[in-house]
Amino acid sequence: MAEVLENKVNLPDVDQLIREQGYDDHFHEHHHGDKYQSGFISKYIFSMDHKIIARQFLITGMIWAVIGGLMSLIFRLQLGFPEENFAWLRPLIGRWVTVNDAGVGTITPEFYYAMVTMHGTIIVFFVLTAGLSGTFSNLLIPLQVGARDMASPFLNMLSYWFFFLSSIVMLLSLFLSTGPFSGGWTAYPPLSALPQASDGSGAGMTMWLVSLTLFVVSVLLGGINYITTVLNLRTKGMSMWKLPLPIWAFFTTAVLGLLSFPVLVSGFLLLFFDRSLGTSFYLSEIFVGGQALDFAGGSPILYQHLFWFLGHPEVYIIILPAMGIVSEVLSVNSRRPIFGYRFMVYSILAIGFLSFIVWAHHMFMSGVNPFISNFFVIFTLIIAVPSAVKVFNWLTTLYGGNIRLTTAALYGIGFVSMFISGGLTGIFLGNSAIDVQQHDTYFVVAHFHIVMGVAAMFGMFAGVYHWYPKMYGRFMNETLGKIHFWGTMIGAYAIFWPMHYIGMAGVPRRYYRFDTFEAFKHFGALNKFMTIAAIIVFACQILFIINFFYSIWKGRKVTSRNPYNANTLEWTTETIVPGHGNWEGNIPTVQRWAYDYNKDEREFIPQYVPVGPDEKDESH
Amino acid sequence: MTTDTIKHGAHEDQAHQEGGNLWGGGREPFKASYGKLMMWYFLLSDAFTFSGFLISYGALRFSMPTWPLPDHVFETIPFYSGKAPLIFVTFMTFVLIISSVTMVRAVQEGHRENKKGVVFWMLLTILGGITFLSCQAWEWTTLLAKEHVSIHRNPFSRHMEAGVYLNEDGTPIVKDGAEETFKKGDSYLIHKHDGEWDLRKYRVTEGPDAGQVKQLAFGPKAFGALFFFITGFHGFHVFSGVLFLAIIAINAASGVYVARKNGYEMVEKIGLYWHFVDLVWVFVFLVFYLL
Repeated sequence: MAEVLENKVNLPDVDQLIREQGYDDHFHEHHHGDKYQSGFISKYIFSMDHKIIARQFLITGMIWAVIGGLMSLIFRLQLGFPEENFAWLRPLIGRWVTVNDAGVGTITPEFYYAMVTMHGTIIVFFVLTAGLSGTFSNLLIPLQVGARDMASPFLNMLSYWFFFLSSIVMLLSLFLSTGPFSGGWTAYPPLSALPQASDGSGAGMTMWLVSLTLFVVSVLLGGINYITTVLNLRTKGMSMWKLPLPIWAFFTTAVLGLLSFPVLVSGFLLLFFDRSLGTSFYLSEIFVGGQALDFAGGSPILYQHLFWFLGHPEVYIIILPAMGIVSEVLSVNSRRPIFGYRFMVYSILAIGFLSFIVWAHHMFMSGVNPFISNFFVIFTLIIAVPSAVKVFNWLTTLYGGNIRLTTAALYGIGFVSMFISGGLTGIFLGNSAIDVQQHDTYFVVAHFHIVMGVAAMFGMFAGVYHWYPKMYGRFMNETLGKIHFWGTMIGAYAIFWPMHYIGMAGVPRRYYRFDTFEAFKHFGALNKFMTIAAIIVFACQILFIINFFYSIWKGRKVTSRNPYNANTLEWTTETIVPGHGNWEGNIPTVQRWAYDYNKDEREFIPQYVPVGPDEKDESH
Repeated sequence: MTTDTIKHGAHEDQAHQEGGNLWGGGREPFKASYGKLMMWYFLLSDAFTFSGFLISYGALRFSMPTWPLPDHVFETIPFYSGKAPLIFVTFMTFVLIISSVTMVRAVQEGHRENKKGVVFWMLLTILGGITFLSCQAWEWTTLLAKEHVSIHRNPFSRHMEAGVYLNEDGTPIVKDGAEETFKKGDSYLIHKHDGEWDLRKYRVTEGPDAGQVKQLAFGPKAFGALFFFITGFHGFHVFSGVLFLAIIAINAASGVYVARKNGYEMVEKIGLYWHFVDLVWVFVFLVFYLL
């Protein structure tokens, strides 16, 4: 591909320009052989270099994605083949498969619920929050704004290690004799508040809470860093309106995390008290096993409000980084300036703001006052406006472009497709009247998997394929990448599209089996189909992982510093994989916005090239 | 080079500064250092945590039929057996707010590079913090040990109907020649004698239940739980603030900040935190003691 891109453009010599116009912050005079690079441990393990931390987040996220994906396969097997003999799963999940005298193994309902819960928790928090925003905010913010590193590399390191700790706690909870928490990833009381309520509500829930509290610490440490870096450490000339779109997205994501995760902590602390000290914040008069418990006056709905005050912004914490990545990838690969840059920024900010005032649309069926529901319906539907602005802008960016169908670009386009499909069903669900029917059915499952699960994954894949050369100095294999893309794209629709139909037919989510219900029996074949599709999609992801690790050592080497002919600053570093401090000499200064592609007969004009006297500055 | 980062913002180009482009890059907007910004954002997130608690407080409190009257609950003071509603907490609040004033003075002395002044005013601030925490300890002890309020049980409440207290034999109690009556909204505290709750009997004298004999009921459980939880969470903030103040005061006294390029910025950062903790107390004070 690099050969294709070798177009002869008359660009000034990068190094010379940076020497002349960049500015010297005397960085390297202060940082000879410092802690960042000396020794294996401080370079690769307890690293304070944002690029290493990015890779740590990415690889931890990938490990979690495999675990979370495997879990979904297990419960998909149960849903697709409820009559099948699962005795062969015993080596993997042990006594969670009960084998009867005839030798027929059955996945226990407790385990099924634990798997559903853990799948949700892991994918939402560990993969799509830490793995996505953690990876790319770390990798791209300092490189694209022209900074030596994050504002506080130390807190940045802590951010990863808190995530790591939280991962360990969650991982250990999988091996408890009572199993991990099994009350759904939202952890509603009373299942989460009464240790005796179910198998997973005891130690499993305690570890879940500890793990997620540590996770919030990680998000806050990271978010404070990202925001401060974007505001304070931009290089000269990098005004806010010249920031590449990923940076705007990461910035807004960090703000959302900073304002919503603390509220989750409040909710969690109250839950801790209910669980361990017997307070009644979320628990009211309740009987367990015919026995009245000593609780009075609490409100489980209160927990739902606190949870969804995080929970809703959380879905934008997941999708906004993907949106930012896709904007960049699509613009670079269609060789066209991003359409409506300012409106892209405004829509990111609008989505960010609106995400805070729509949380109760998750609770229409919880007995929220219908008049209050109206408020949430209106703002939920208004989110469609900035979302549509973004979709149209991506499409118009592609329109008439000289598109390079790299794997990254395919994933970018796939993202737009998924976002449209999933976004449209969001309009159904955001309407409280229709939600009465659709609530807690597979329609919801289909909606959020497509719009934030698969779409965000696609954004992540686009980012990994696109910035892989910056991380490892090599390309990932494009052929494998394309097989991975088409398998995942078609497979994901094959899994989730049929869910819309069974959801509309009223099949509730989270049920252990459907073949015992007369009304749902005839969906058996469809369920089998979805399960098989899920297995194929998972197999495609193995392909990705092989490709990823193979390419680290054996991938095609990147030869030119700017392999995509892109405009942003990360492609100006002296070495292909930047060392500590990112630029060996001066930091480049920024003269123009990041999207001057095919402008005035020039194929691309990087951000460090001064605006000519007769040239229009697009960032104004 | 340890943890304290790479200072690019510090190398600002003078000419560029004068260009007046605040957000143009290559400089720190509003000259706020990254460290101060990070403290601000931390405080912003912490404010959301406290908001979560206070909103939960509101949600629970206003779903209850009744709620204890703060004037009645918080009327004790040390070394005096009479009633002095809210006097003690007023003192606590005053001490905390004065400690903000001393904190401001410490920051000011920091700007003047006056090491002795910084240490002096920080010590006063620490003293204020410790006084506040001691007062809180006394208040908690009184509530827990003398009035038997706990996170599980709340003996403070208010009558929801008018009535008259009865003797064991069902006749009204007569004290000083008058029956011991109460009105709707009057406060009561269920006492504990020898480990037994004294659930006094009364006859309702007004309303639909007039004539019925009832027993005093415990107040809403959430009161005790919320009080100890939220004031405890705030107290924990004060406590950690005192610890950090102490560390920074020791650092200041030993002269580490004299050599630093950003001087006494640490004092300023802990100052931001301290003011925030005071500000939060104003809201905690409002909802628990005034409303």
